[in-house]
Amino acid sequence: MDINAKIPQGPIESKWTKYKADAKLVSPANRRKIDIIIVGTGLAGASAAASLGEMGYNVKVFCYQDSPRRAHSIAAQGGINAAKNYPNDGDNIFRLFFDTIKGGDYRSREANVYRLAEVSNHIIDQAVAQGVPFAREYGGFLDNRSFGGAQVSRTFYARGQTGQQLLLGAYSALSRQIAAGTVELLTRRDIVDIVLIDGKARGVIARNLITGEIERHAAHTVVLGTGGYGNVFYLSTNAKGSNVTPVWKAYKKGALFANPAFTQIHPTCIPVHGDYQSKLTLMSESLRNDGRIWVPKKEEDVQKLRNKEIRPRDIPEEDRDYYLERRYPAFGNLVPRDVASRAAKERCDAGFGVYTGLAVYLDFKDAIERLGRDNIEKKYGNLFQMYEKIVDENPYETPMMIYPAVHYTMGGLWVDYELMSNIPGLFVIGEANFSDHGANRLGASALMQGLADGYFVLPYTIANYLADEIKIPHFTTDAPEFAEAEKEVKDSISKLMNVNGKRSVDDIHKELGHIMWEHCGMGRTEEGLKEGIQKVKELKKEFWSNVKVPGTAETFNEELIKAGHLADFIELGEVMMQDALNREESCGGHYRMEHQTPEGEALRHDDKFTYVANWKFTGEDSPAELIKEELKFEAVELKTRNYK
Amino acid sequence: MKFTLKIWRQNDAKSKGKFVTYKIDNISSDSSFLEMLDQLNQRLINNDDSISVPGCPVHYDHDCREGICGMCGLYINGRPHGPDKGVTTCQLHMRKFKDGATIVIEPWRAKAFPLIRDLVVDRTALDTIIQAGGYISVKTGSAMEANSTPVPKHLAEKAMDAAACIGCGACVAACPNGSAMLFVGAKVAHMAYLPQGKPEAMRRVQSMVKVMDDCGFGNCSNAYACEYECPKEISVTHIAKMNRDFLQANLMSEKEIA
Repeated sequence: MDINAKIPQGPIESKWTKYKADAKLVSPANRRKIDIIIVGTGLAGASAAASLGEMGYNVKVFCYQDSPRRAHSIAAQGGINAAKNYPNDGDNIFRLFFDTIKGGDYRSREANVYRLAEVSNHIIDQAVAQGVPFAREYGGFLDNRSFGGAQVSRTFYARGQTGQQLLLGAYSALSRQIAAGTVELLTRRDIVDIVLIDGKARGVIARNLITGEIERHAAHTVVLGTGGYGNVFYLSTNAKGSNVTPVWKAYKKGALFANPAFTQIHPTCIPVHGDYQSKLTLMSESLRNDGRIWVPKKEEDVQKLRNKEIRPRDIPEEDRDYYLERRYPAFGNLVPRDVASRAAKERCDAGFGVYTGLAVYLDFKDAIERLGRDNIEKKYGNLFQMYEKIVDENPYETPMMIYPAVHYTMGGLWVDYELMSNIPGLFVIGEANFSDHGANRLGASALMQGLADGYFVLPYTIANYLADEIKIPHFTTDAPEFAEAEKEVKDSISKLMNVNGKRSVDDIHKELGHIMWEHCGMGRTEEGLKEGIQKVKELKKEFWSNVKVPGTAETFNEELIKAGHLADFIELGEVMMQDALNREESCGGHYRMEHQTPEGEALRHDDKFTYVANWKFTGEDSPAELIKEELKFEAVELKTRNYK
Repeated sequence: MKFTLKIWRQNDAKSKGKFVTYKIDNISSDSSFLEMLDQLNQRLINNDDSISVPGCPVHYDHDCREGICGMCGLYINGRPHGPDKGVTTCQLHMRKFKDGATIVIEPWRAKAFPLIRDLVVDRTALDTIIQAGGYISVKTGSAMEANSTPVPKHLAEKAMDAAACIGCGACVAACPNGSAMLFVGAKVAHMAYLPQGKPEAMRRVQSMVKVMDDCGFGNCSNAYACEYECPKEISVTHIAKMNRDFLQANLMSEKEIA
């Protein structure tokens, strides 16, 4: 099977300009004749729906929540990157591009990442015009702060709620189009299949979550902006409803799944405290601007802390190990997420973890002394409050406890330069695609990518595809392909309802999470992955023979919704581990214990693995097939990352 | 910890609802309120002996579980989002309750929020109000350079205070009149404080207030329960701002507004 990334010719700085100059257009009169389905209303989905509706296409947009404003982009705290260079500290488009490539450990596609950096500034302009209340300085100009993996301040923010404010901006633009009648909104729907006609994506099957009704929706093209698959680990920072189902259905219809093993473990989350716990809460990376991460140097202090015989502040400065500042003096506490997470794991594995043994301190004592409590409160007030509510400790007085947790997935459906998957007419945007973050995403870059894709990339690239579709009239849902897809969906639901086993969905999901965290978490080994694959295969059998879904399929039934998602997560788990097993190197968030430098840093093998690993579905019981896209680096030199 | 839960159960909008009492024990004080309900549901699914009344799991809305998506919202012991101040239901922890306490759990009750099932209500009306004008009409790609319009810091801060609304509907549930004035006021004020929102400010406030009335929300009688119960502690001064703008808009001619 051949895949073509369709990267435009020419030097990196002019590829996007050249693409836009050459791309085909759809005239305003013809846009009215074209139907577009968009799944998901996060930053990518909402911004795409708003932009395409405004251009005059007929857009139908779906979300599983009761309102598009609730998509999980809303939870992003810290900020959004752009190469504005307002602080005059040496930033530019090339540097943002370079930092993103380097942060991703040289496993992303140069041309896509350059374009991302190139459009980043327009996003800030757009958001400000929409009324996003970014933080400002006294002169009325926009303020910036620093994030991991960069030595400039390029992150724009709205207190600790940047994702919320940007999503509300996109949601307001979407609402305007809904009022104008160009976009139809369907809430509380799960997309349970993608329909292909003559090999092209032409619609979806939706399940109305309130009535249980199965619906057919047809269009000229389908766009997936459904987010990431971090909930495969059960415990993650994702929303409870975040799922891989639409993406997985596309995979099973032939779309390639790229780099599934590339998952991001975020270093600053509130540690796990009990079995009943339902999710993990992130503490924004922005806290690493002012917080210092440490563990005790002496083992006896560790024991006393765990037994609550002493408090963290009783430990004198000379007995604290600020291990990030020690190991990475140039970037200090602001190393990229994968590096910070592994360093925390290393200290905890060595026996220096506090609390349950799986936590380190994030301490604001110095910052409070330097800047005053008021200033810290202004910058991080809502985060400190959130921490206090969960942990019942006051972070102004005692250091926060943090530990790494699953946060983001760099892998996703493979897309070409136009953000189209290998299925013609199936576009994938935002976290759901694989394209921009390589093996590790830098902080404040997810918001940038979601909005770049929706506002400034897809509106151009989708037209290039649709220009050849204008002669095709509106599709109806009478085609046999729809009937067949609907029947499959109904059969699969009745199969789930009829298992009638003994274990709840959550119980099996927790087991999947344990397997994934143990075998495909922060440190992976060949042996562990092989064992993990066997365990997931067993769990799949267990699920289909012993899951218990109470109630009926014709009503609002949350257990059934969760069961459908879990069935897909289990299958994904196996492919993730297959990918992790195949990639015999360490890069970014993918750390194979067999491949590390003597100092314990990730060791890449560029001669063998400078490629995107795409997995193709070959049947229920046969292993996925590997299809490679070789990555070529022309604008940057392949180098070992160095944050020292 | 152990609790007696009196939970509103109702199959759908048409059927009749009632309180069902469940006893639950062995709950960690570090559990969140939703995690406590998760555990109740697990025991219901497993037909656990400790659950006196068998049946289907209880339905409640929830998603991000970190207090920002606005999806969760339970009326707990007569208060939206329960007894703790400045938090959503998902951020409420069981340590805020006394061991052995009886907890009454109801859905949001308001004319504009029809019930869907158990504790889940339909808050579409809030989206409908935003669609009536809760936006600044700027086309994708037509924005000017971000720093070309300086925004005084105090206005940016006020706009952000208002924009922090998560659209959960607690203000409506708390209000004796089922009014959405705090929700609408926050959006009107957020945009009216910013220079970018000024050109449409008058039209926006008229249109949003009209649709708010059409959706069946009540009026404001200055009870201030909305501000007190708002998980983001949004101030009623935004209602005052909205009222002022609304009055001003009504004194203007149609030409001036359009």
